[in-house]
Amino acid sequence: MLNIKDLHVQLEEEDKQILKGVDLTVEAGKVHAIMGPNGSGKSTLSYVLSGRDGYEVTSGQATLDGEDLLEMEPEERAAAGLFLAFQYPVEIPGVGNMTFLRTAVNAQRKARGEDEMSAADFLKVIRERAKALKIDADMLKRPVNVGFSGGEKKRNEILQMAMLEPKMCILDETDSGLDVDAMKLVAQGVNALRNEGRGFLVITHYQRLLDHIKPDVVHIMADGKIVKTGGPELALEVENNGYADILAEVA
Amino acid sequence: MAEPAPKSNPTEDRLDTLAMPQNGWADATRKAALARLREMGLPGRRDEYWKFTRPDSLVQSTAPVAALFHNEEGPLFGDLDRLKIVFVDGVFDADQSDDLTLSGVRIDRLAESADIHWASDLYGALEGNGHYVPRPLAALNTAYATDGVLIHVTDRAEKPINFIYLHENETSDAILHHVIKLDPGAEVTLLETGPAAARFNKVMEVDVADGATFHHVRAQGRDHERRAATHIFTRLGAESVFKSFTLTVNGRLTRNECVIDITGDDAVAHVAGACVGDGDFHHDDTVFVTHDALRCESRQVFKKVLRNGAVGVFQGKILVKEGAQKTDGYQISQSLLLDDDSQFLAKPELEIYADDVACSHGSTSGAIDEDALFYLRSRGVPAEIATDLLTLAFLAEAVEEIEDEVLRDALVERLQGWLERHRG
Ligand SMILES: Nc1ncnc2c1ncn2[C@@H]1O[C@H](COP(=O)(O)OP(=O)(O)O)[C@@H](O)[C@H]1O
Ligand SMILES: [Mg+2]
Repeated sequence: MLNIKDLHVQLEEEDKQILKGVDLTVEAGKVHAIMGPNGSGKSTLSYVLSGRDGYEVTSGQATLDGEDLLEMEPEERAAAGLFLAFQYPVEIPGVGNMTFLRTAVNAQRKARGEDEMSAADFLKVIRERAKALKIDADMLKRPVNVGFSGGEKKRNEILQMAMLEPKMCILDETDSGLDVDAMKLVAQGVNALRNEGRGFLVITHYQRLLDHIKPDVVHIMADGKIVKTGGPELALEVENNGYADILAEVA
Repeated sequence: MAEPAPKSNPTEDRLDTLAMPQNGWADATRKAALARLREMGLPGRRDEYWKFTRPDSLVQSTAPVAALFHNEEGPLFGDLDRLKIVFVDGVFDADQSDDLTLSGVRIDRLAESADIHWASDLYGALEGNGHYVPRPLAALNTAYATDGVLIHVTDRAEKPINFIYLHENETSDAILHHVIKLDPGAEVTLLETGPAAARFNKVMEVDVADGATFHHVRAQGRDHERRAATHIFTRLGAESVFKSFTLTVNGRLTRNECVIDITGDDAVAHVAGACVGDGDFHHDDTVFVTHDALRCESRQVFKKVLRNGAVGVFQGKILVKEGAQKTDGYQISQSLLLDDDSQFLAKPELEIYADDVACSHGSTSGAIDEDALFYLRSRGVPAEIATDLLTLAFLAEAVEEIEDEVLRDALVERLQGWLERHRG
């Protein structure tokens, strides 16, 4: 599904290499986790895949179901089925959460040549999915992420994911700043979306999220590269011993 | 021996092209206004109050040509039950207008009114009040206005009154003067729509008595080349409410002045504006609010979206006189610059002589928030729609000053239409 080959990325503004040859394949139906120390390039990878400005791909490729992601505009990537739950969701004063989501859902449908969703249908679906994430009507009406707590922002990301029904979901530290209950809610939201056709790339610092979202494969990223790949036990190893041992071992 | 040619005087040159209408009761006021105008002189480039806006084309003897603008949009507020008063290039059009009868209101035409006692006390009075800054284009208007409407609101007006200003002649030069008097407790909503003329000079004097409520929603026409200098002068009695909103899309040059004198305690005055300009567009909002009473609230909210070299100007002042305690004054002026060529010039001012007041003002100008734009796009919203959403969000604080949802939605729809026509 998601294929990343030898991806090298540097900053546009300064001559600084951040990704130094990332290789990664996420198959449909699988959950891959990426762990790694701060600053290793995890968020950069998620941004480059979703098309944020400011990065220059110097070599390598990234495809989603064979389509070249790097050639597409961010909105085209979204319509192709890519979704990024942001590490830091953006506040947008003046744009209602509901308006935003309906615009997004219908823009994607339009881009794929599908019929738009009626206002009534949309309302029905969003109410139901918001309820499962304990997002109340007030949060839906408020401007996007404005005045939301950290946990509310992350749940709002998962709601967007649930509404947009992407093929490939990247979650960037969706667990950071969440208490245990909020994390369970988020994990439930993610698990509810797991199916054979959908791939997940879960970026996290901590093993604890992976107790709730069971990964099939765990990668360790350090200094712009995937340095080790293994099964769920790799996450436990990190939890118990930190990164030092793993990094020393691959150095 | 030949006389040396007299040095040309822009004020006299302009006056030479005008004839003072005669309508009895206003004659003395018109002459007084002319005398004031001669004393002030028409604005020139060096005038401090015109530092950011070149008055030349508003002052010159004839109106610069302004092409007519056509598009598919139907008339604004077309579905609304309202009393229509139509002017074509500044000339009242009885055929297109409704009967000037409305419960709770008496309406007369300036050009036809023989003896309007209430208006003779008001016509030119609020305009001629001094207001610390010379406003010669308004004095010129009082002296030479050819028509306008005198509205006396004695009760709750049954429905909104809509001045519709059609522009059908590329060189029309219109001078209209309206006077609106609200009796204690009276209420009216006034709508103004349309470009009016190639060049439009309009004064509106609004006297809001104790406990009266005046709502004003204006949409200045979309003709790209039109020019306008408009003034609103208002005086507010105790516990009265004045709320004015202006939408400006297009127009080569617009100067909207609003002069608010709050004279009664516990009054509320809001003046707001949203403008969107693309290219050869210069829009100037100049506001002067004077607080001379207790516990009054004033709000100025102005938002401008500028692209392709468009220029926005805001000059806003809050003057709190001695003794005007518990004044709550708020002023915000912001521009969204969609490119580096566009420009926003602002001069916000506070002058406060009372010690127990809460006044704040702010002025900013900035570009589209790139993080917000990326966030929207990452959800599949195409860049141009995302930009429109963020632009409307930027304008929202001003647009939300319109209390009536139907009117607000109608203007938002116009803004959306403009944004769609001006993408990329
Ligand atoms: N826009 C940027 N400007 C400057 N440095 C950046 C930028 N984006 C990322 N970096 C740097 O790249 C490295 C990787 O950052 P990031 O991808 O956020 O790591 P992670 O998510 O793994 O913590 C860090 O050293 C960070 O400071
Ligand atoms: Mg990160």
